[in-house]
Amino acid sequence: MENLVQIALQNVNLGAILPSLILTCFGMGLLLINVFLPRGTTRHAVWISLIGLVVTGFFVYTGWGNPQYGFNDAVAMDNYAAFFSIIFLFAAGLTILMSDEYLTREGYPVSEYYPLVLFTTAGAMWMASGTDMMTIFLGLEVLSISLYVLAGFFRGQVRSNEAGLKYFLLGAFSTGFLLYGIALIYGVTGSTKLTEIGIYLNAHGSLLENPMTLAGLVLLSIGFLFKIAAAPFHMWTPDVYEGAPTPITAFMSAGPKAAAFAAFLRIMEYCFFSLKPEWTAMLWVLAVLTMIVGNVIAISQTNIKRMLAYSSIAHAGYAMVGMVAANEIGYSGILFYMLAYTFMNIGAFAVLVLAGKKGEENLTLEGFSGFGFKRPFLGVAMTIFLFSLMGLPPTAGFAGKFYIFAGAIKAGYIWLAVIGVLNSAVSLYYYLRIMVYMYFRDPSEDYAWVTMPVTVMISIVIAIIGVFYLGIIPGEVMELAKLAVF
Amino acid sequence: MISVYHYMSVSAILFAMGTYGVLTRRNAIVIFMCIELMLNSVNLTFIALSNHLQSMDGQIFVFFVMTVAAAEAAVGLALMIAFYRNRESIDVDNINLMKL
Repeated sequence: MENLVQIALQNVNLGAILPSLILTCFGMGLLLINVFLPRGTTRHAVWISLIGLVVTGFFVYTGWGNPQYGFNDAVAMDNYAAFFSIIFLFAAGLTILMSDEYLTREGYPVSEYYPLVLFTTAGAMWMASGTDMMTIFLGLEVLSISLYVLAGFFRGQVRSNEAGLKYFLLGAFSTGFLLYGIALIYGVTGSTKLTEIGIYLNAHGSLLENPMTLAGLVLLSIGFLFKIAAAPFHMWTPDVYEGAPTPITAFMSAGPKAAAFAAFLRIMEYCFFSLKPEWTAMLWVLAVLTMIVGNVIAISQTNIKRMLAYSSIAHAGYAMVGMVAANEIGYSGILFYMLAYTFMNIGAFAVLVLAGKKGEENLTLEGFSGFGFKRPFLGVAMTIFLFSLMGLPPTAGFAGKFYIFAGAIKAGYIWLAVIGVLNSAVSLYYYLRIMVYMYFRDPSEDYAWVTMPVTVMISIVIAIIGVFYLGIIPGEVMELAKLAVF
Repeated sequence: MISVYHYMSVSAILFAMGTYGVLTRRNAIVIFMCIELMLNSVNLTFIALSNHLQSMDGQIFVFFVMTVAAAEAAVGLALMIAFYRNRESIDVDNINLMKL
Protein backbone atom coordinates (compact mmCIF):
# COMPACT_ATOMS: atom_id res chain seq x y z
CA MET A 1 0.00 0.00 0.00
CA GLU A 2 2.80 2.37 0.93
CA ASN A 3 4.46 1.60 -2.38
CA LEU A 4 1.28 2.22 -4.31
CA VAL A 5 0.90 5.65 -2.73
CA GLN A 6 4.52 6.34 -3.52
CA ILE A 7 4.03 5.41 -7.14
CA ALA A 8 0.83 7.42 -7.38
CA LEU A 9 2.35 10.54 -5.90
CA GLN A 10 5.68 10.28 -7.62
CA ASN A 11 4.61 11.86 -10.86
CA VAL A 12 2.28 14.42 -9.38
CA ASN A 13 3.90 17.80 -9.58
CA LEU A 14 1.54 20.43 -8.30
CA GLY A 15 3.93 23.09 -9.55
CA ALA A 16 2.74 22.30 -13.05
CA ILE A 17 -0.81 23.37 -12.27
CA LEU A 18 -0.04 25.88 -9.55
CA PRO A 19 -1.31 28.99 -11.39
CA SER A 20 -4.59 27.41 -12.49
CA LEU A 21 -4.96 25.81 -9.06
CA ILE A 22 -4.76 29.22 -7.43
CA LEU A 23 -7.25 30.62 -9.90
CA THR A 24 -9.70 27.79 -9.25
CA CYS A 25 -9.32 28.26 -5.48
CA PHE A 26 -10.16 31.94 -5.87
CA GLY A 27 -13.18 31.02 -7.97
CA MET A 28 -14.50 28.47 -5.49
CA GLY A 29 -13.75 30.71 -2.54
CA LEU A 30 -15.66 33.50 -4.23
CA LEU A 31 -18.65 31.19 -4.76
CA LEU A 32 -18.64 30.43 -1.03
CA ILE A 33 -18.33 34.08 -0.05
CA ASN A 34 -21.24 34.94 -2.32
CA VAL A 35 -23.52 32.69 -0.29
CA PHE A 36 -23.05 34.80 2.83
CA LEU A 37 -23.50 38.20 1.25
CA PRO A 38 -26.84 39.78 0.31
CA ARG A 39 -27.91 39.42 -3.29
CA GLY A 40 -26.99 42.26 -5.56
CA THR A 41 -23.60 43.04 -4.04
CA THR A 42 -20.96 42.51 -6.67
CA ARG A 43 -18.16 44.95 -5.90
CA HIS A 44 -16.32 42.48 -3.66
CA ALA A 45 -16.47 39.85 -6.41
CA VAL A 46 -14.81 42.21 -8.89
CA TRP A 47 -11.91 42.93 -6.57
CA ILE A 48 -11.45 39.38 -5.31
CA SER A 49 -11.41 37.98 -8.84
CA LEU A 50 -8.99 40.68 -9.97
CA ILE A 51 -6.70 39.85 -7.05
CA GLY A 52 -6.98 36.20 -8.05
CA LEU A 53 -5.96 37.02 -11.61
CA VAL A 54 -3.00 39.12 -10.45
CA VAL A 55 -1.76 36.43 -8.05
CA THR A 56 -2.11 33.82 -10.78
CA GLY A 57 -0.29 36.11 -13.18
CA PHE A 58 2.53 36.48 -10.67
CA PHE A 59 2.96 32.71 -10.45
CA VAL A 60 2.83 32.35 -14.22
CA TYR A 61 5.45 35.10 -14.48
CA THR A 62 7.81 33.51 -11.93
CA GLY A 63 7.44 30.18 -13.71
CA TRP A 64 8.70 31.63 -16.99
CA GLY A 65 11.79 29.83 -18.23
CA ASN A 66 11.37 27.12 -15.63
CA PRO A 67 9.07 24.54 -17.23
CA GLN A 68 7.20 22.25 -14.85
CA TYR A 69 5.98 18.84 -15.92
CA GLY A 70 3.55 16.85 -13.86
CA PHE A 71 0.87 14.19 -13.66
CA ASN A 72 2.80 11.65 -15.66
CA ASP A 73 3.51 14.18 -18.39
CA ALA A 74 -0.13 15.06 -18.84
CA VAL A 75 0.53 18.69 -17.96
CA ALA A 76 3.44 20.86 -19.07
CA MET A 77 3.61 24.38 -17.71
CA ASP A 78 6.26 25.49 -20.17
CA ASN A 79 6.90 28.87 -21.75
CA TYR A 80 4.27 28.18 -24.38
CA ALA A 81 1.59 27.59 -21.75
CA ALA A 82 2.85 30.56 -19.72
CA PHE A 83 2.62 32.94 -22.66
CA PHE A 84 -0.92 31.84 -23.44
CA SER A 85 -1.85 31.98 -19.75
CA ILE A 86 -0.86 35.63 -19.71
CA ILE A 87 -3.15 36.23 -22.70
CA PHE A 88 -6.08 34.54 -20.91
CA LEU A 89 -5.41 36.49 -17.71
CA PHE A 90 -5.39 39.80 -19.58
CA ALA A 91 -8.60 38.83 -21.39
CA ALA A 92 -10.30 37.84 -18.13
CA GLY A 93 -9.04 40.92 -16.28
CA LEU A 94 -10.21 43.40 -18.91
CA THR A 95 -13.56 41.58 -19.13
CA ILE A 96 -14.12 41.65 -15.38
CA LEU A 97 -13.24 45.35 -15.24
CA MET A 98 -15.94 46.22 -17.75
CA SER A 99 -18.54 43.75 -16.48
CA ASP A 100 -19.67 45.27 -13.21
CA GLU A 101 -21.06 48.43 -14.76
CA TYR A 102 -22.78 46.48 -17.51
CA LEU A 103 -24.35 43.85 -15.26
CA THR A 104 -25.69 46.47 -12.88
CA ARG A 105 -27.11 48.53 -15.72
CA GLU A 106 -28.84 45.57 -17.32
CA GLY A 107 -30.35 44.51 -14.00
CA TYR A 108 -28.34 41.35 -13.35
CA PRO A 109 -26.00 42.26 -10.49
CA VAL A 110 -25.24 38.60 -9.85
CA SER A 111 -21.86 37.85 -8.37
CA GLU A 112 -21.78 34.23 -9.62
CA TYR A 113 -20.72 35.74 -12.93
CA TYR A 114 -17.15 36.34 -11.74
CA PRO A 115 -16.28 32.82 -10.55
CA LEU A 116 -17.54 31.56 -13.92
CA VAL A 117 -15.11 33.87 -15.71
CA LEU A 118 -12.31 32.57 -13.46
CA PHE A 119 -13.24 28.94 -14.19
CA THR A 120 -13.28 29.66 -17.91
CA THR A 121 -9.80 31.12 -17.58
CA ALA A 122 -8.58 28.11 -15.61
CA GLY A 123 -10.01 25.80 -18.29
CA ALA A 124 -8.20 27.81 -20.94
CA MET A 125 -4.95 27.44 -19.00
CA TRP A 126 -5.38 23.66 -18.85
CA MET A 127 -5.94 23.61 -22.58
CA ALA A 128 -2.73 25.52 -23.16
CA SER A 129 -0.70 23.40 -20.76
CA GLY A 130 -2.19 20.01 -21.58
CA THR A 131 0.13 17.49 -23.19
CA ASP A 132 -2.34 14.64 -22.99
CA MET A 133 -5.62 14.42 -24.88
CA MET A 134 -7.42 13.92 -21.56
CA THR A 135 -6.10 17.15 -20.05
CA ILE A 136 -6.88 19.10 -23.17
CA PHE A 137 -10.39 17.64 -23.33
CA LEU A 138 -11.05 18.43 -19.68
CA GLY A 139 -9.74 21.97 -20.08
CA LEU A 140 -11.90 22.46 -23.15
CA GLU A 141 -14.99 21.29 -21.32
CA VAL A 142 -14.36 23.36 -18.19
CA LEU A 143 -13.99 26.34 -20.49
CA SER A 144 -17.01 25.51 -22.64
CA ILE A 145 -19.46 24.65 -19.88
CA SER A 146 -18.69 27.89 -18.05
CA LEU A 147 -19.05 29.80 -21.28
CA TYR A 148 -22.44 28.23 -22.08
CA VAL A 149 -23.71 29.61 -18.79
CA LEU A 150 -22.11 33.01 -19.36
CA ALA A 151 -23.50 33.32 -22.89
CA GLY A 152 -27.01 32.65 -21.56
CA PHE A 153 -26.43 34.64 -18.41
CA PHE A 154 -29.29 37.14 -18.86
CA ARG A 155 -31.93 34.52 -18.34
CA GLY A 156 -34.82 36.94 -18.72
CA GLN A 157 -33.65 38.09 -22.14
CA VAL A 158 -34.63 35.96 -25.10
CA ARG A 159 -31.54 37.01 -27.04
CA SER A 160 -29.22 35.81 -24.34
CA ASN A 161 -31.22 32.57 -23.97
CA GLU A 162 -30.93 31.93 -27.66
CA ALA A 163 -27.21 32.63 -27.65
CA GLY A 164 -26.63 30.27 -24.72
CA LEU A 165 -28.76 27.47 -26.13
CA LYS A 166 -27.30 27.75 -29.60
CA TYR A 167 -23.76 27.81 -28.28
CA PHE A 168 -24.52 24.84 -26.05
CA LEU A 169 -26.09 22.66 -28.76
CA LEU A 170 -23.44 23.38 -31.36
CA GLY A 171 -20.60 23.28 -28.83
CA ALA A 172 -21.66 19.86 -27.54
CA PHE A 173 -22.09 18.69 -31.13
CA SER A 174 -18.53 19.71 -31.98
CA THR A 175 -17.26 18.07 -28.79
CA GLY A 176 -18.67 14.81 -30.13
CA PHE A 177 -16.54 15.14 -33.26
CA LEU A 178 -13.47 16.07 -31.25
CA LEU A 179 -13.88 13.04 -29.00
CA TYR A 180 -14.43 10.65 -31.86
CA GLY A 181 -11.26 11.96 -33.44
CA ILE A 182 -9.35 11.42 -30.19
CA ALA A 183 -10.79 7.89 -29.93
CA LEU A 184 -9.70 6.96 -33.44
CA ILE A 185 -6.20 8.34 -32.92
CA TYR A 186 -6.02 6.44 -29.65
CA GLY A 187 -7.01 3.33 -31.59
CA VAL A 188 -4.21 3.82 -34.09
CA THR A 189 -1.45 4.78 -31.70
CA GLY A 190 -2.50 3.17 -28.43
CA SER A 191 -1.87 6.32 -26.42
CA THR A 192 -3.48 9.59 -25.49
CA LYS A 193 -0.18 11.32 -24.75
CA LEU A 194 0.71 13.84 -27.39
CA THR A 195 4.40 13.00 -27.57
CA GLU A 196 3.77 9.25 -27.73
CA ILE A 197 1.21 9.73 -30.50
CA GLY A 198 3.74 11.83 -32.39
CA ILE A 199 6.53 9.27 -31.97
CA TYR A 200 4.26 6.45 -33.11
CA LEU A 201 2.93 8.29 -36.15
CA ASN A 202 6.43 9.34 -37.10
CA ALA A 203 7.83 5.81 -36.77
CA HIS A 204 5.03 4.09 -38.71
CA GLY A 205 5.24 5.97 -41.96
CA SER A 206 3.00 3.49 -43.73
CA LEU A 207 0.23 4.16 -41.22
CA LEU A 208 -0.13 7.62 -42.68
CA GLU A 209 -2.16 5.90 -45.34
CA ASN A 210 -4.31 4.41 -42.62
CA PRO A 211 -7.85 5.78 -43.04
CA MET A 212 -8.28 5.74 -39.27
CA THR A 213 -5.46 8.24 -38.76
CA LEU A 214 -6.89 10.42 -41.47
CA ALA A 215 -10.42 10.25 -40.05
CA GLY A 216 -9.09 10.95 -36.57
CA LEU A 217 -7.09 13.96 -37.75
CA VAL A 218 -10.06 15.39 -39.64
CA LEU A 219 -12.56 14.87 -36.81
CA LEU A 220 -10.15 16.33 -34.25
CA SER A 221 -9.56 19.34 -36.48
CA ILE A 222 -13.31 19.88 -36.88
CA GLY A 223 -13.65 20.06 -33.11
CA PHE A 224 -10.98 22.72 -32.80
CA LEU A 225 -11.90 24.65 -35.94
CA PHE A 226 -15.36 24.99 -34.49
CA LYS A 227 -13.92 26.54 -31.33
CA ILE A 228 -11.74 29.00 -33.21
CA ALA A 229 -14.72 29.83 -35.44
CA ALA A 230 -13.02 29.02 -38.72
CA ALA A 231 -15.15 28.80 -41.85
CA PRO A 232 -17.09 26.64 -42.65
CA PHE A 233 -17.67 25.97 -38.92
CA HIS A 234 -18.33 29.61 -38.08
CA MET A 235 -22.12 29.78 -38.39
CA TRP A 236 -22.72 29.89 -34.65
CA THR A 237 -20.33 32.81 -34.08
CA PRO A 238 -22.38 35.84 -35.19
CA ASP A 239 -25.55 34.71 -33.42
CA VAL A 240 -23.84 33.77 -30.17
CA TYR A 241 -21.65 36.88 -30.17
CA GLU A 242 -24.64 39.10 -30.85
CA GLY A 243 -26.89 37.57 -28.21
CA ALA A 244 -24.41 37.09 -25.38
CA PRO A 245 -23.77 39.88 -22.84
CA THR A 246 -21.28 42.31 -24.42
CA PRO A 247 -18.38 41.71 -21.96
CA ILE A 248 -18.77 37.97 -22.52
CA THR A 249 -18.69 38.49 -26.28
CA ALA A 250 -15.44 40.37 -25.81
CA PHE A 251 -14.06 37.59 -23.63
CA MET A 252 -15.18 34.79 -25.96
CA SER A 253 -13.54 36.39 -28.95
CA ALA A 254 -10.19 36.70 -27.17
CA GLY A 255 -9.60 34.19 -24.36
CA PRO A 256 -11.31 30.96 -25.42
CA LYS A 257 -10.33 31.49 -29.03
CA ALA A 258 -6.68 31.82 -28.03
CA ALA A 259 -7.09 28.69 -25.87
CA ALA A 260 -8.41 26.70 -28.82
CA PHE A 261 -5.46 27.93 -30.89
CA ALA A 262 -3.07 26.95 -28.11
CA ALA A 263 -4.36 23.38 -27.87
CA PHE A 264 -4.82 22.97 -31.63
CA LEU A 265 -1.29 24.19 -32.37
CA ARG A 266 0.26 21.99 -29.69
CA ILE A 267 -1.60 18.90 -30.89
CA MET A 268 -0.67 19.55 -34.51
CA GLU A 269 2.97 20.17 -33.64
CA TYR A 270 3.39 17.32 -31.12
CA CYS A 271 1.25 14.61 -32.72
CA PHE A 272 1.08 15.29 -36.40
CA PHE A 273 4.44 16.83 -37.23
CA SER A 274 5.09 13.94 -39.59
CA LEU A 275 1.88 14.83 -41.45
CA LYS A 276 2.73 18.51 -41.76
CA PRO A 277 2.38 18.78 -45.56
CA GLU A 278 -1.13 17.32 -45.34
CA TRP A 279 -2.54 19.46 -42.57
CA THR A 280 -0.92 22.68 -43.73
CA ALA A 281 -2.59 22.12 -47.11
CA MET A 282 -5.93 21.63 -45.37
CA LEU A 283 -5.45 24.74 -43.24
CA TRP A 284 -4.32 26.77 -46.26
CA VAL A 285 -7.75 26.35 -47.83
CA LEU A 286 -9.59 26.96 -44.57
CA ALA A 287 -7.52 30.05 -43.71
CA VAL A 288 -8.33 31.64 -47.05
CA LEU A 289 -12.01 30.70 -46.74
CA THR A 290 -12.17 32.02 -43.17
CA MET A 291 -10.59 35.35 -44.05
CA ILE A 292 -12.85 35.86 -47.07
CA VAL A 293 -16.08 34.78 -45.34
CA GLY A 294 -15.38 36.91 -42.28
CA ASN A 295 -14.43 40.07 -44.14
CA VAL A 296 -17.00 39.90 -46.94
CA ILE A 297 -20.01 39.22 -44.71
CA ALA A 298 -18.85 41.86 -42.21
CA ILE A 299 -19.26 44.49 -44.93
CA SER A 300 -23.04 44.12 -45.04
CA GLN A 301 -23.58 44.28 -41.26
CA THR A 302 -25.27 47.26 -39.64
CA ASN A 303 -25.06 45.98 -36.06
CA ILE A 304 -21.59 46.73 -34.72
CA LYS A 305 -21.52 43.76 -32.34
CA ARG A 306 -22.37 41.44 -35.22
CA MET A 307 -19.83 43.16 -37.44
CA LEU A 308 -17.15 42.59 -34.81
CA ALA A 309 -18.24 38.93 -34.67
CA TYR A 310 -17.57 38.53 -38.37
CA SER A 311 -14.35 40.49 -38.00
CA SER A 312 -13.32 38.06 -35.28
CA ILE A 313 -13.86 35.21 -37.77
CA ALA A 314 -11.59 37.06 -40.20
CA HIS A 315 -8.95 37.52 -37.48
CA ALA A 316 -9.04 33.79 -36.74
CA GLY A 317 -8.25 33.39 -40.44
CA TYR A 318 -5.19 35.65 -40.14
CA ALA A 319 -3.97 33.64 -37.17
CA MET A 320 -4.46 30.42 -39.15
CA VAL A 321 -2.06 31.82 -41.75
CA GLY A 322 0.58 31.55 -39.03
CA MET A 323 -0.29 27.89 -38.56
CA VAL A 324 -0.02 27.23 -42.28
CA ALA A 325 3.41 28.85 -42.29
CA ALA A 326 4.38 26.30 -39.59
CA ASN A 327 7.73 27.91 -38.84
CA GLU A 328 9.11 29.72 -35.84
CA ILE A 329 8.07 33.19 -36.92
CA GLY A 330 4.60 32.01 -37.94
CA TYR A 331 3.96 30.25 -34.63
CA SER A 332 5.35 33.06 -32.50
CA GLY A 333 3.34 35.39 -34.72
CA ILE A 334 0.17 33.58 -33.62
CA LEU A 335 1.09 34.05 -29.97
CA PHE A 336 1.84 37.71 -30.55
CA TYR A 337 -1.30 38.21 -32.60
CA MET A 338 -3.54 36.61 -29.99
CA LEU A 339 -2.15 38.98 -27.34
CA ALA A 340 -2.58 41.97 -29.65
CA TYR A 341 -6.10 40.87 -30.57
CA THR A 342 -7.01 40.55 -26.90
CA PHE A 343 -6.17 44.20 -26.31
CA MET A 344 -7.71 45.67 -29.43
CA ASN A 345 -10.89 43.63 -29.53
CA ILE A 346 -11.72 43.79 -25.83
CA GLY A 347 -10.98 47.51 -25.94
CA ALA A 348 -13.45 47.98 -28.79
CA PHE A 349 -16.09 46.00 -26.90
CA ALA A 350 -15.45 48.08 -23.77
CA VAL A 351 -16.36 51.18 -25.76
CA LEU A 352 -19.51 49.38 -26.94
CA VAL A 353 -20.40 48.63 -23.31
CA LEU A 354 -20.31 52.33 -22.51
CA ALA A 355 -22.18 53.32 -25.65
CA GLY A 356 -25.39 51.61 -24.52
CA LYS A 357 -28.01 52.39 -21.94
CA LYS A 358 -30.27 50.24 -19.80
CA GLY A 359 -32.18 47.65 -21.76
CA GLU A 360 -31.32 49.40 -24.97
CA GLU A 361 -27.96 48.63 -26.41
CA ASN A 362 -26.82 51.21 -28.83
CA LEU A 363 -25.12 48.98 -31.34
CA THR A 364 -26.27 50.07 -34.77
CA LEU A 365 -24.11 52.17 -37.03
CA GLU A 366 -26.77 54.89 -37.00
CA GLY A 367 -26.60 54.96 -33.24
CA PHE A 368 -22.94 55.94 -33.43
CA SER A 369 -23.62 59.09 -35.46
CA GLY A 370 -21.60 61.95 -34.04
CA PHE A 371 -20.37 59.81 -31.16
CA GLY A 372 -16.79 61.01 -31.61
CA PHE A 373 -17.70 64.64 -30.95
CA LYS A 374 -20.10 64.05 -28.11
CA ARG A 375 -17.72 61.70 -26.30
CA PRO A 376 -14.22 62.67 -27.47
CA PHE A 377 -12.28 60.26 -25.27
CA LEU A 378 -14.38 57.24 -26.18
CA GLY A 379 -14.29 58.29 -29.83
CA VAL A 380 -10.49 58.46 -29.83
CA ALA A 381 -10.24 55.14 -27.98
CA MET A 382 -12.57 53.46 -30.49
CA THR A 383 -10.54 54.95 -33.34
CA ILE A 384 -7.32 53.52 -31.91
CA PHE A 385 -8.86 50.07 -31.55
CA LEU A 386 -10.33 50.18 -35.05
CA PHE A 387 -6.98 51.25 -36.51
CA SER A 388 -5.39 48.33 -34.73
CA LEU A 389 -8.05 45.92 -36.00
CA MET A 390 -7.43 47.22 -39.52
CA GLY A 391 -3.72 46.61 -39.03
CA LEU A 392 -2.38 50.13 -39.45
CA PRO A 393 0.94 51.14 -37.88
CA PRO A 394 1.92 51.99 -35.17
CA THR A 395 -0.62 49.71 -33.50
CA ALA A 396 -0.47 46.14 -32.25
CA GLY A 397 -2.61 44.87 -35.12
CA PHE A 398 -0.02 45.98 -37.66
CA ALA A 399 2.88 44.29 -35.86
CA GLY A 400 0.89 41.08 -35.42
CA LYS A 401 -0.15 40.88 -39.05
CA PHE A 402 3.37 41.77 -40.13
CA TYR A 403 4.88 38.83 -38.23
CA ILE A 404 2.24 36.37 -39.40
CA PHE A 405 2.51 37.32 -43.05
CA ALA A 406 6.31 37.44 -42.78
CA GLY A 407 6.15 33.85 -41.51
CA ALA A 408 3.97 32.85 -44.45
CA ILE A 409 6.34 34.46 -46.97
CA LYS A 410 9.35 32.86 -45.32
CA ALA A 411 7.66 29.47 -45.65
CA GLY A 412 7.03 30.15 -49.32
CA TYR A 413 3.31 30.87 -49.15
CA ILE A 414 3.50 34.13 -51.11
CA TRP A 415 -0.05 33.87 -52.40
CA LEU A 416 -1.45 33.21 -48.97
CA ALA A 417 0.22 36.39 -47.70
CA VAL A 418 -1.12 38.32 -50.69
CA ILE A 419 -4.66 37.07 -50.04
CA GLY A 420 -4.25 38.00 -46.38
CA VAL A 421 -3.15 41.55 -47.19
CA LEU A 422 -5.97 41.96 -49.71
CA ASN A 423 -8.40 40.82 -47.04
CA SER A 424 -7.02 43.44 -44.67
CA ALA A 425 -7.72 45.99 -47.37
CA VAL A 426 -11.32 44.78 -47.60
CA SER A 427 -11.65 45.08 -43.84
CA LEU A 428 -10.72 48.78 -44.04
CA TYR A 429 -14.16 49.42 -45.50
CA TYR A 430 -16.27 48.24 -42.62
CA TYR A 431 -13.97 49.48 -39.88
CA LEU A 432 -13.70 52.92 -41.47
CA ARG A 433 -17.47 53.06 -41.85
CA ILE A 434 -17.85 53.07 -38.06
CA MET A 435 -15.44 56.02 -37.93
CA VAL A 436 -17.31 57.83 -40.70
CA TYR A 437 -20.47 57.56 -38.61
CA MET A 438 -18.61 58.67 -35.48
CA TYR A 439 -16.99 61.75 -36.99
CA PHE A 440 -18.79 62.78 -40.17
CA ARG A 441 -22.44 62.46 -39.18
CA ASP A 442 -24.46 64.77 -37.01
CA PRO A 443 -25.53 63.15 -33.78
CA SER A 444 -29.07 61.84 -34.01
CA GLU A 445 -29.40 61.74 -30.26
CA ASP A 446 -27.92 63.22 -27.18
CA TYR A 447 -25.25 61.12 -25.46
CA ALA A 448 -25.73 62.79 -22.10
CA TRP A 449 -26.63 59.41 -20.61
CA VAL A 450 -23.22 57.89 -21.32
CA THR A 451 -21.48 57.49 -17.97
CA MET A 452 -17.76 56.94 -17.59
CA PRO A 453 -17.31 54.53 -14.68
CA VAL A 454 -13.77 54.18 -13.39
CA THR A 455 -13.45 50.41 -13.84
CA VAL A 456 -14.42 50.46 -17.52
CA MET A 457 -12.10 53.42 -18.05
CA ILE A 458 -9.23 51.45 -16.50
CA SER A 459 -9.91 48.58 -18.87
CA ILE A 460 -9.98 50.91 -21.90
CA VAL A 461 -6.76 52.62 -20.81
CA ILE A 462 -4.99 49.28 -20.27
CA ALA A 463 -6.14 48.16 -23.70
CA ILE A 464 -4.84 51.37 -25.30
CA ILE A 465 -1.48 50.99 -23.54
CA GLY A 466 -1.33 47.37 -24.72
CA VAL A 467 -2.16 48.31 -28.31
CA PHE A 468 0.54 50.98 -28.45
CA TYR A 469 3.15 49.03 -26.50
CA LEU A 470 2.83 46.04 -28.81
CA GLY A 471 2.66 48.33 -31.81
CA ILE A 472 5.62 50.60 -31.13
CA ILE A 473 8.05 48.19 -29.47
CA PRO A 474 6.87 44.77 -30.64
CA GLY A 475 10.38 43.33 -30.50
CA GLU A 476 10.47 42.55 -26.78
CA VAL A 477 7.21 40.61 -26.70
CA MET A 478 8.08 38.94 -29.98
CA GLU A 479 11.35 37.70 -28.47
CA LEU A 480 9.37 36.22 -25.59
CA ALA A 481 6.95 34.63 -28.06
CA LYS A 482 9.91 33.11 -29.91
CA LEU A 483 11.14 31.61 -26.64
CA ALA A 484 7.66 30.23 -26.06
CA VAL A 485 7.17 28.25 -29.25
CA PHE A 486 8.45 24.76 -29.71
CA MET B 1 -16.64 -14.40 -32.39
CA ILE B 2 -17.25 -10.72 -31.85
CA SER B 3 -14.08 -8.80 -32.69
CA VAL B 4 -13.06 -5.20 -32.24
CA TYR B 5 -14.24 -4.53 -35.77
CA HIS B 6 -17.82 -5.29 -34.78
CA TYR B 7 -17.63 -2.90 -31.87
CA MET B 8 -16.06 -0.22 -34.04
CA SER B 9 -18.76 -0.70 -36.66
CA VAL B 10 -21.57 -0.45 -34.13
CA SER B 11 -20.10 2.68 -32.61
CA ALA B 12 -19.57 4.24 -36.05
CA ILE B 13 -23.20 3.53 -36.91
CA LEU B 14 -24.36 4.98 -33.60
CA PHE B 15 -22.21 8.07 -34.18
CA ALA B 16 -23.68 8.53 -37.64
CA MET B 17 -27.20 8.10 -36.31
CA GLY B 18 -26.53 10.71 -33.64
CA THR B 19 -25.12 13.14 -36.19
CA TYR B 20 -28.10 12.59 -38.48
CA GLY B 21 -30.46 13.19 -35.58
CA VAL B 22 -28.76 16.46 -34.61
CA LEU B 23 -29.03 17.71 -38.16
CA THR B 24 -32.66 16.72 -38.78
CA ARG B 25 -34.52 16.98 -35.47
CA ARG B 26 -36.12 20.24 -34.40
CA ASN B 27 -36.73 19.68 -30.69
CA ALA B 28 -33.81 20.87 -28.59
CA ILE B 29 -34.13 17.99 -26.12
CA VAL B 30 -34.15 15.39 -28.89
CA ILE B 31 -31.09 17.09 -30.39
CA PHE B 32 -29.41 16.89 -27.02
CA MET B 33 -30.29 13.19 -26.78
CA CYS B 34 -28.70 12.67 -30.19
CA ILE B 35 -25.56 14.44 -28.95
CA GLU B 36 -25.51 12.08 -25.96
CA LEU B 37 -25.81 9.18 -28.41
CA MET B 38 -22.73 10.50 -30.21
CA LEU B 39 -20.81 10.77 -26.94
CA ASN B 40 -21.80 7.25 -25.95
CA SER B 41 -20.74 5.88 -29.30
CA VAL B 42 -17.36 7.47 -28.59
CA ASN B 43 -17.35 5.74 -25.21
CA LEU B 44 -18.02 2.43 -26.88
CA THR B 45 -15.14 3.06 -29.28
CA PHE B 46 -12.82 3.86 -26.39
CA ILE B 47 -13.75 0.76 -24.42
CA ALA B 48 -13.49 -1.57 -27.42
CA LEU B 49 -10.11 -0.13 -28.36
CA SER B 50 -8.94 -0.20 -24.77
CA ASN B 51 -9.70 -3.91 -24.60
CA HIS B 52 -8.16 -4.52 -27.98
CA LEU B 53 -4.96 -2.63 -27.17
CA GLN B 54 -4.82 -3.93 -23.59
CA SER B 55 -4.30 -0.40 -22.29
CA MET B 56 -6.20 1.35 -19.53
CA ASP B 57 -6.10 4.86 -21.02
CA GLY B 58 -9.25 4.40 -23.03
CA GLN B 59 -11.32 3.26 -20.07
CA ILE B 60 -10.11 6.18 -17.95
CA PHE B 61 -11.03 8.51 -20.78
CA VAL B 62 -14.56 7.09 -20.73
CA PHE B 63 -14.98 8.10 -17.10
CA PHE B 64 -13.99 11.65 -17.98
CA VAL B 65 -16.37 11.71 -20.92
CA MET B 66 -19.26 10.47 -18.78
CA THR B 67 -18.56 13.00 -16.03
CA VAL B 68 -18.30 15.85 -18.48
CA ALA B 69 -21.48 14.73 -20.27
CA ALA B 70 -23.34 14.83 -16.96
CA ALA B 71 -22.08 18.35 -16.22
CA GLU B 72 -23.00 19.39 -19.73
CA ALA B 73 -26.49 17.95 -19.33
CA ALA B 74 -27.04 19.98 -16.18
CA VAL B 75 -26.07 23.22 -17.87
CA GLY B 76 -27.84 22.40 -21.12
CA LEU B 77 -31.16 21.52 -19.52
CA ALA B 78 -30.98 24.69 -17.43
CA LEU B 79 -30.48 26.73 -20.57
CA MET B 80 -33.43 24.97 -22.19
CA ILE B 81 -35.66 25.76 -19.20
CA ALA B 82 -34.64 29.42 -19.36
CA PHE B 83 -35.43 29.46 -23.06
CA TYR B 84 -38.77 27.70 -22.55
CA ARG B 85 -39.81 30.23 -19.92
CA ASN B 86 -39.41 33.06 -22.38
CA ARG B 87 -40.59 31.44 -25.57
CA GLU B 88 -42.86 28.59 -24.35
CA SER B 89 -41.22 26.28 -26.84
CA ILE B 90 -37.94 24.46 -27.20
CA ASP B 91 -38.24 24.07 -30.93
CA VAL B 92 -34.96 25.13 -32.52
CA ASP B 93 -36.91 26.78 -35.34
CA ASN B 94 -37.85 29.36 -32.73
CA ILE B 95 -34.20 30.24 -32.12
CA ASN B 96 -34.58 32.86 -34.80
CA LEU B 97 -34.24 36.27 -33.21
CA MET B 98 -30.86 36.86 -34.76
CA LYS B 99 -30.46 36.45 -38.47
CA LEU B 100 -27.81 37.22 -41.02
